[in-house]
Order: sequence, then structure tokens, then C-alpha cells
Amino acid sequence: MIEIENLRKSFGPLEVLKGINLTVANGEVVTIIGGSGSGKSTLLTCINGLEPINAGSIKIDGVEVHSKSTNINKLRQNVGIVFQQWNAFPHLTVLENVMLAPRKVLGMAKQQAEEIATKHLIHVGLGDKIGVYPSRLSGGQQQRMAIARALAMQPKYMLFDEVTSALDPQLVGEVLDTLKMLATEGMTMICVTHEMAFARDVSNRVAFFHQGVVAEIGSPDQIFGSPQNPETQKFLSGVR
Amino acid sequence: MFETALTFNDLLFLAKGAGMTLAVTAVSVAAGTVMGVVFGVIRAQFGPYWSAPLTFLLDIFRSVPLLIQLVLANAFQAIAKFGWDPFTTSCVVLSLYTAAYCTEIVRGGIDAVPVTTRRAARSLGLTWGQDMRCIVAPLATRVSLPAWIGLTLGVMKDSALVLWLGLTELLKSSQILVTRLQEPLFILLICGAIYFLISFPIARFGGYLERRWSPDD
Repeated sequence: MIEIENLRKSFGPLEVLKGINLTVANGEVVTIIGGSGSGKSTLLTCINGLEPINAGSIKIDGVEVHSKSTNINKLRQNVGIVFQQWNAFPHLTVLENVMLAPRKVLGMAKQQAEEIATKHLIHVGLGDKIGVYPSRLSGGQQQRMAIARALAMQPKYMLFDEVTSALDPQLVGEVLDTLKMLATEGMTMICVTHEMAFARDVSNRVAFFHQGVVAEIGSPDQIFGSPQNPETQKFLSGVR
Repeated sequence: MFETALTFNDLLFLAKGAGMTLAVTAVSVAAGTVMGVVFGVIRAQFGPYWSAPLTFLLDIFRSVPLLIQLVLANAFQAIAKFGWDPFTTSCVVLSLYTAAYCTEIVRGGIDAVPVTTRRAARSLGLTWGQDMRCIVAPLATRVSLPAWIGLTLGVMKDSALVLWLGLTELLKSSQILVTRLQEPLFILLICGAIYFLISFPIARFGGYLERRWSPDD
């Protein structure tokens, strides 16, 4: 379970998150929608402990993410994150990209890590790209590699930060299908997305972010069917 | 058409000098690079403010002419009764000199690794050390290699200055022969050719590594 309480985060004088409250139960898929600058992506980097926070708390399975006594590297093994920019390791082949963390962090034997990495690469449709370097892949393929890389750690939670925003249109569907498959497999997921159809399809709950707060949260039917907050209405009429 | 008093033994004498040049260079570049990597990581990690004392110290070694450093260090070790022979003194000074330049090369290489790439590594649970070893080191090495090869070649040629401490390296050997045989142009030509023979493989090896490590291979 991910519990976020009254989370505040500033970059210098700019307060990006102004008191976020959000609880994500195990097996739940929560999508976050909202305009740019509403703090969606910042929230994900805070959950993973990549960004320090200013106030409030984030607990994952009861463990405080930003507490000094927390082993953040240990915690991150359970929380995978995929970024809008896929950030491939350019000096490693696709297989090595995916194997790296299982080998180094989990201390897996080479053969076992190779098996797991291969499994996940086939899963995301990159079975034929195992030996090549990321520079030979399209953006879409690199993004799927990044998903496989995060999955290879067998995390309990997955955070997706606008993973389809930088993709070729014909690859968006394929990546979203991968996410849907994960959702049906019971993965707990938080997805920041601009794909409204996807959000409607896959989410248990949809949260609308506006100016650093959760302006409205509810079932997809409620948010997309009959939004209560005027800002939600405005945003949704804009993207449709 | 061309007569010379240079004998085979004289060539052996030059080769011995070249051996000394190589020895001083190898020790200094090795030690200087190790120190440079350590200092470079410190500079990249702690930022300009906390590493200011280190930066200042290294700036001294980068700014003061090497010849002055050698002479001062030699005088200092004599006064302090370290009892260093000229070879040791030369290597200590050249190592620090190399380290001062290498630090900047390493820092530049580390800074060239995108923050987002390192962030992706950390997000997978890699520790700072694992990130440094598995991601930053290989990527930074590629970026730094051309500059480091240049530094190595530079140090090899600058090592000629250690003749002032009484080491008979390649240039000193040539001078001795010039004094004896009075054929300065010919001997310096050979001396230059030997420097080239040492440098060329290093430069080519660098080019080879660069091609091999190019991320597109």
C-alpha cells in the first residue's frame, strides 16, 4: 500500500505539490491526469525517493520513504519507475540494460538474470533485439526496454510517468497494451498519462491534479462521466 | 653522401635514455591518473564549494611551470632530509602535475553523464557506488579518453625537464651525444624520431579504443 499524506514539495520558490493526499491499495491502478505543471510527474519521483520532499509523508507498506533510517535502495527494489525519457544505458546492450539491476542489486547469478531479462524482453515484444545496443532502437522500442528493465526487478509497485508521451503514434497502443496486461496481472500501478481512453479503460480510480492538489478523484465513470469539479470539466472538455 | 660518427653503442645509449623517459612517464601517468580519478570524483560529487581547497591546491600544480616545481621540490626534499633520489622526486612532481590535469578531465567526464541516466540507474535500486561503477565510469571514460591520451603524450614530452634533476632520459642522452659528436641536427632528428615512435602507438591505441567504445557499435 502506498500512503501519501499532506505531501508538499517545492523547487526553490515554486511550490509544485501543495498538500497531496492519496492512498493506493495493493492491486489498484490509479491514473493521474491533469495539465502540465500540475505536479503529476513530481509526485512520482517523490514516491520513488528520487526527489526530497518539504513536508508531509509517503509510506510504502508502512515504511517512510523520506526517513533517514530508511534504506532507500532496498525500498526502490519494490518500486519500479519508467520515465517519459526512457534513459537507456547506451554502453550496454538491450539484454545487459535489463540484466544490470537484477545482477547488481539482487545479486542474481548471470544465467538466472539472463533468463529473467529475456523473459521480460519477449514480454514487451523485444525478443529479437536482445543483442543490439539501444542506439539501434526506435524511441518506442527503447521505452519498452525501459519497462522490461523496471519489471526485471520484479517490483510490487510500478510508476509510469507519461511513458507514451514521446512515442510514435503507432507504438502507443502496443505500450499501453503492455500496461493493461500488467494491470490485469494484478500489478499495483500509478500512471501519469495523457491517454484518456487508456485511463478510462484500465483505472480503478482516476485522480485529476490541478495546481499541485488532487482536485478530484473517483472511479473512471465518475471522473469522465460526470465530473463535479469545474476545473476537471474544463480540462476534460479541452482534451477531448 | 652522409657521414656520421654515431655508433651502434650511441644508439643503445639513446635507447637507454628513452627507457628512462618511458619509466618516468609510466609511473607518473599511472599514479597521477589514480589520484586524478579520486580527486575528480570528489570534485564532481561535492561541488565547487566543498572541493574549493582541493581545487586551489591542484590549480597550483597546473599554473606553476613544471621546471620550477621540479627544482623547488628537489630543494625541499633535500632540506626536509627525505633522501629521495632524482627519479623519486621527478615521479612525485610529475604525478601531482598529471593528477592536477587528470582531475579536470575526470570531473568533465562525470559531468557529461546525463543526470537522467543516473537517475534511472538509482531508481532501479543501484547504490551510488554501483551507479558510479556500472554507469558513470564507462560513460565518463569514453568522454575523457581523448583528453587523457593528450595528457599522457604531454606528460611524456614534459618529462624531458627531469634532466635538470640529473636524470639521463632521452633528451639528456641526446645532449650528451651532441656535446661529444658535434652533430646536433642529426642527433636531435633521431631523438625526435624516438619521441614520435613512443607517442604514435599511444595515440593510435587511443583512437582504436575510441572506435571500439563508440556507443553505436
